[in-house]
Amino acid sequence: MSQPLLSVEELRVGFATEAGVVQAVDGVSFDLRPGEVVAIVGESGSGKSVTAQTLIGLTRANNARIEGSVKLDGKELTSAGDAEMRSLRGEKVAMVFQDPMTSFNPVYRIGAQIVEAIRAHRPDTSKADAKARVIGLFESVGIPNAEQRVDDYPHEFSGGMRQRAMIAMALALEPEVLIADEPTTALDVTIQAQILDLLEQLNRERNLATILITHDLGVVAEVADRVLVMYAGKVVEQGTLDEIFYDPQHPYTWGLLGSLTRIDRPRPQRLPQIAGQPPSLLDLPQGCPFRPRCPHEFSKCSEYPGLEARLAEKPDHCDRCWLGPDEKRAKRLVEGQIGLEAPR
Amino acid sequence: MTSLLEVTDLVKHFPIKRGVLIDREVDQVRAVDGIGFTVQRGETLGLVGESGSGKSTACRAVLQLIEPTSGSVRFEGREIAGLGRRQMTPLRREMQMIFQDPYASLNPRKRVGQIVGDPLKRQGIASGSDLRRQVQELLERVGLSSEHYNRFPHEFSGGQRQRIGIARALALKPKLVICDEPVSALDVSIQAQIVNLLDNLQDELGLTYLFVAHDIGVVRHIADRIAVMNEGKIVEQGSADQVCEQPKDEYTKKLLAAVPIPDPKESRARQQRSSVQ
Repeated sequence: MSQPLLSVEELRVGFATEAGVVQAVDGVSFDLRPGEVVAIVGESGSGKSVTAQTLIGLTRANNARIEGSVKLDGKELTSAGDAEMRSLRGEKVAMVFQDPMTSFNPVYRIGAQIVEAIRAHRPDTSKADAKARVIGLFESVGIPNAEQRVDDYPHEFSGGMRQRAMIAMALALEPEVLIADEPTTALDVTIQAQILDLLEQLNRERNLATILITHDLGVVAEVADRVLVMYAGKVVEQGTLDEIFYDPQHPYTWGLLGSLTRIDRPRPQRLPQIAGQPPSLLDLPQGCPFRPRCPHEFSKCSEYPGLEARLAEKPDHCDRCWLGPDEKRAKRLVEGQIGLEAPR
Repeated sequence: MTSLLEVTDLVKHFPIKRGVLIDREVDQVRAVDGIGFTVQRGETLGLVGESGSGKSTACRAVLQLIEPTSGSVRFEGREIAGLGRRQMTPLRREMQMIFQDPYASLNPRKRVGQIVGDPLKRQGIASGSDLRRQVQELLERVGLSSEHYNRFPHEFSGGQRQRIGIARALALKPKLVICDEPVSALDVSIQAQIVNLLDNLQDELGLTYLFVAHDIGVVRHIADRIAVMNEGKIVEQGSADQVCEQPKDEYTKKLLAAVPIPDPKESRARQQRSSVQ
């Protein structure tokens, strides 16, 4: 197996607030190899976006405390200076944000904004060369009439086209790692399908390593190689795509899988749901933070298990649940399908 | 018996104007271009389409929030298209709306009790301690707690805010509730909670829904019948299972093909099929 391009170890990110320290990310570790797509899945507040933003140095605030290690090509990023980080951003690691409506400056032409990014990193590039490059990028991400559209303003682009332009901007300096933070959440399903196809094609053609952040396991199934499921700042389960979908070990993963509407199956009377709300990070329950929402909770859950491989012959499929593998297989079957509990 | 809502040939065109001193109308945006559907009492009609297909404009024209260009909207047999604001006020009790964005649709400076209670107050239905009691009942009905009465919207998560929006829509005991993308701003796991809540409320209160969304997967789950909208027109209409399992229109097929299938093997097989084509 090839060397990891990006290696995250025991990453912890906390923010000091008036109400106390919010530990948004609490010990996340994973490796990313060239050409691989790793998905980080979780609900709002699970720490998935903070993880992504920390990798690219966007959480460096006065009240933030970042511990652990993020190594890109062997280089430590958590201790890199701001200037150094700025030169890596875009060159090595680029990010696509969730909201294509607010990610561009509305008063500058889209092409000019990307030209600016290119020339900030490569001052020798002439404006004309940079613009030609933007046109080429627009073509490769599927924006029709690229030559005219570089001179358009953001409001002249539709949501899907703006997200394509975002991706073009992220690719402008040929980064090795692309972080896509909920890239399709603000889009219609039809446009979502197109953007996912595009990401997959780029990943194949450019051997781009991708981190995909999303709350939707349906999106994950289309593109990811490996999956990390996060809950309350910690990874509760990780494994390959097929392991997570066909042999999920953590009840939270069952709940996420169960609550999807499926067009390829007869519809149930009620959708299986995960009851309750994600916990406040300021007031986590003792032991497993999923305990209050878990119907399978028992005495051992007052202690939080570590992220370990609990299946023989599957050393990379890890989870944090005390239930034994056979118990899990029995309990996760709800009306013949994987789910957390029968809908009420 | 007449249908609860009967829409025929509904049209809403927006003029495109040019000129400095004298506005000349140079063209029109045909947002809604002659649509018709009926909603029976107690059923859910799903209206699906992409952004820009005209589905939200259709909702607003049905509710007379914008004046339709032409066409007829009959509510319980009575024509409401073209009614003025004052004439609509008593009818507003009967038809309410749940909005897409739970962050933008609640006034951040008002307390939850006030947000949910305002329709009751405005229509002169309840006041004082009676108002408070009714609002608290509503909050409990939608899965919140009566202690949330004095909180502000920012203290709630997206899913809880959407519950507040639902409580507000139900305050006047409407017959028809128009849900405009009520779950598309929420996490998938919370979407299931809200869809189930809407389902339960329909059973308990005998509500009729017009459910608008871009995700045909969600619509299929909640709707009895589905109307598919594209470029201001309804291109296909039928029972939910019929539209999803035997779609006739190309546009419906496109919408169905875009819904992600949360099954890696299925999704790989589908990708292979589409690359062969």
